[in-house]
Amino acid sequence: MARTTPPTTEGTTTPVAASAAPPLPGALVTRAGRASKASAGVLALAVIVLAALPYIAFAGTTSSMVTFFVLLIMASMWNLLAGFGGMVSVGQQAFVGVGAYTVLAFANMGINPFVALPLAALTCSVFAIPTSWLAFRLRGDYFAVGTWVIAEVYRLIIIRFDSLGGPSGMSLPGLNGMDPVLRGALTYWAALALAALTILGCYLLMRGRTGLALTAVRDDETAARANGVDVTWSKRLVYLVSAAGCGAAGGILIIDSLSVQPNAIFSVQWSAYMIFIVIIGGIGYLEGPLLGAIVFYALQQLLAGYGSWYMIILGAIGVAGAIWLPRGLWGTVTNKTGIQLFPVGYRLNQPWTLPPNLR
Amino acid sequence: MPAAARKETDYPMDLLNTLVQGLMLGGLYALFAAGLSIMFGVMRMVNLAHGDLAVIAGYLVLVLLGGTMFPLWLVVLVTLPLFAVIGYGIHRSLFSRSLKAGPLSALLVTFGLSIVIQNGLLEGFSADTRTIDMGVLNTGAFHLNNQLSISYLGLLTLILAVVVIVGVQLFLSRTRTGKMMRAVSDDADTASLVGANSKHLYAIATAIAFGTVALAGIMSGARSSFDPSIGPTQLIFAFEAVVIGGLGSLWGTLAGGVVLGLTQAFAAHLDPSFTILAGHLVFLAVLAFRPQGLIPQRTV
Amino acid sequence: MTLLEVENLDVHHGQLHAVRGFSLSVEPGATVAVIGANGAGKSTLMRAIAGSHLPTAGTIRLGGQDITRLPAHRRVAQGISLVPEGRRLFKSLSVQENLETGTYRAGSGPWNVDAVMELFPWMRERARQNSASLSGGQQQAVAIGRALVANPKVLLIDELSLGLAPAVVKQMYALLPRIVERGTAVLLVEQDVSQALAAADLVHCLLEGRTVLTGSPQDLTPAQVEQAYFGLAHAGGGPEGN
Ligand SMILES: Nc1ncnc2c1ncn2[C@@H]1O[C@H](COP(=O)(O)OP(=O)(O)O)[C@@H](O)[C@H]1O
Ligand SMILES: [Mg+2]
Repeated sequence: MARTTPPTTEGTTTPVAASAAPPLPGALVTRAGRASKASAGVLALAVIVLAALPYIAFAGTTSSMVTFFVLLIMASMWNLLAGFGGMVSVGQQAFVGVGAYTVLAFANMGINPFVALPLAALTCSVFAIPTSWLAFRLRGDYFAVGTWVIAEVYRLIIIRFDSLGGPSGMSLPGLNGMDPVLRGALTYWAALALAALTILGCYLLMRGRTGLALTAVRDDETAARANGVDVTWSKRLVYLVSAAGCGAAGGILIIDSLSVQPNAIFSVQWSAYMIFIVIIGGIGYLEGPLLGAIVFYALQQLLAGYGSWYMIILGAIGVAGAIWLPRGLWGTVTNKTGIQLFPVGYRLNQPWTLPPNLR
Repeated sequence: MPAAARKETDYPMDLLNTLVQGLMLGGLYALFAAGLSIMFGVMRMVNLAHGDLAVIAGYLVLVLLGGTMFPLWLVVLVTLPLFAVIGYGIHRSLFSRSLKAGPLSALLVTFGLSIVIQNGLLEGFSADTRTIDMGVLNTGAFHLNNQLSISYLGLLTLILAVVVIVGVQLFLSRTRTGKMMRAVSDDADTASLVGANSKHLYAIATAIAFGTVALAGIMSGARSSFDPSIGPTQLIFAFEAVVIGGLGSLWGTLAGGVVLGLTQAFAAHLDPSFTILAGHLVFLAVLAFRPQGLIPQRTV
Repeated sequence: MTLLEVENLDVHHGQLHAVRGFSLSVEPGATVAVIGANGAGKSTLMRAIAGSHLPTAGTIRLGGQDITRLPAHRRVAQGISLVPEGRRLFKSLSVQENLETGTYRAGSGPWNVDAVMELFPWMRERARQNSASLSGGQQQAVAIGRALVANPKVLLIDELSLGLAPAVVKQMYALLPRIVERGTAVLLVEQDVSQALAAADLVHCLLEGRTVLTGSPQDLTPAQVEQAYFGLAHAGGGPEGN
């Protein structure tokens, strides 16, 4: 972790020009430097320590950590979509479900579910192409509900396949012979690897051209278009990546539970979790989902015995956070202290503004 | 072959019956969708807790019927204004704050509200399914012949949907408040220059939306059983009706509801497991080929 | 008694100091013009007086009453109406309905929808038409009518002549005396200096948010006005490069 240069006063007057055009040397734009190397080191160390966990901790711990990683992956993907791409979806469970069912379908064909994981991600991004054609016709709030309907369509179509268990779902073949401890450890490692990959992927994506384009769009869509930024392409890319990530998360879920139930895997609850985590953590910050997932996980452990009160409290915190803490925890911290864990290229030290298409 | 012969003669009647049932189902969807359409038309806001509010209304009616001596009509007459008042209050306290923070915030706030309501109802009423007993309204029907019958409830719902939509339309086009609401929806900044308090007018729109969705929830609760988790399904049907009809157009919403109802009824006729999916597919088809909806002009 | 009194007004757009220490007073029955180049801060000033944009410092009084913090929709009933820059008619409302919105919080006085239609007889035939179908001059007339029917004590007009043909501009200015004679004071903003000078009793020239010249049109020479308008010389200490 490191401090970055504090916001300069001139910076706020010309945010559009600065973000759409190449940054002025040394002015208000911060770029990954020594700071990010340090935090990369810390994170790499964390991943190594976490990777060793199956050797030192009980299976119960690693198993509940799988849930944490899955939530972290989903939330990061939602943050990419909504926080950077300006696309507030309530339908990412479509890809969670399709991912899980892809693993199931390949397992039915005799392919090892762990091997099928990357295929699940790939399948989801392929499915995301026609989905985006439809969903991108809707803007703002309507995009949200539209994606939800699309997720329902995926569920209703999949339950028509008896080979996939129909409306009641089925259990996952192919892993029954495996030693449970080994299977638990493999699942854990797969989830950890995917979570690390997701965070790294988001970081690289947002540092690169796509991130630059989306930042420009977020500040001023018209200006960005005028500057030759290919807005639709950037958004679609983010949508596909986000679908792939959620698909992989769904794949982990079915491997972890060894069965799938369509209503559960396609539940809008996944969206609720993603949104809650990102809102609490800080939307539009790569660090947000990580912090949010930790808070969510802690709340989950704390309130586990309280049944639906747990969800009531989550919902209420979400409502309050959306109104009174729009930058989330991380946004508030970074705004006060200037600390950044993943300094994305060209991040401007200005208040986070709504994506123009949502104004 | 007597069986085949019978089938042939019954076929048109069968079709007519499906048409009638679909029309009445469409009335229910239009009634659900009216509030969603009003809120979108006036303040560009989608209330993701819309369906859950309808479910609350259902439970409230059950509680009032069970806990008081009030007759059904009085319970309904109390519930609707109560919901309108709650809507006004929620707007002034919650929605207007979130609209100020941006539409993203409004979306998240209503989504959070939806989760709170669903789980609150689950805590209070368990997951058991319930129905509102409206006596003869539930069971009675006009039997036009032995194939075709029109249930009192379905017909009443369709009539209420038309009354609500015509009423809101008249309110918007004829009354001072309605005109100001349209002005605020056009340009809130300029409307404030002629004296419009947009928070107040938006809150009135929310009040109307809450009142109408409560009515929809009551009618739907009498038509079929409900439980704390069905709100999102209601929301999705209402949303589909709004989009199929055309955003921001109340007549469109009525048409959209009817199209959705007819689609589901005919799909159910062919294959009951296909009912919901068919509605979604029509919605997606409209999205793909006619994104402006059936009646796109903005009348709100 | 002074009708409208603005004292040391400061208005910001974020970091941008758009109006600086501005003062003005409008007497009953007066026509006051604020002139200045594009971006001088005229619209910002008008919006601050109308309540659409809260000032950072200074006071606004109407009839002796402090209204600095009053929201825009409550100022209408107090007697301030603004014809905004670019007319801003309500697109989905008809001509008649646009006028009617003005009566929502109207005070009592000579103006109502009928009186406005008397002033602009063409409006009767087009009452049911959508306001978007009107010409620029007609839209401006509806916008003025919409503000008038509230029976304001002060009518604020931002850019009366903007985008209108010269003949139409003349018609618009011919209207002003008919409004003033019924007791409404007019505060208008113009880029078209000669029109403003001909119509007003008092002129303020704004440069980068400050008043650089003020006086009655007869007392001002064209050279003075030109200098103040473009900020060529330091007429009153133009804040060059600030
Ligand atoms: N909504 C706004 N946000 C930011 N700056 C603004 C806004 N409106 C006007 N400005 C700036 O304030 C200054 C004064 O603008 P304005 O009052 O519109 O001038 P005028 O009406 O005299 O042309 C200009 O520099 C303009 O760029
Ligand atoms: Mg101006």
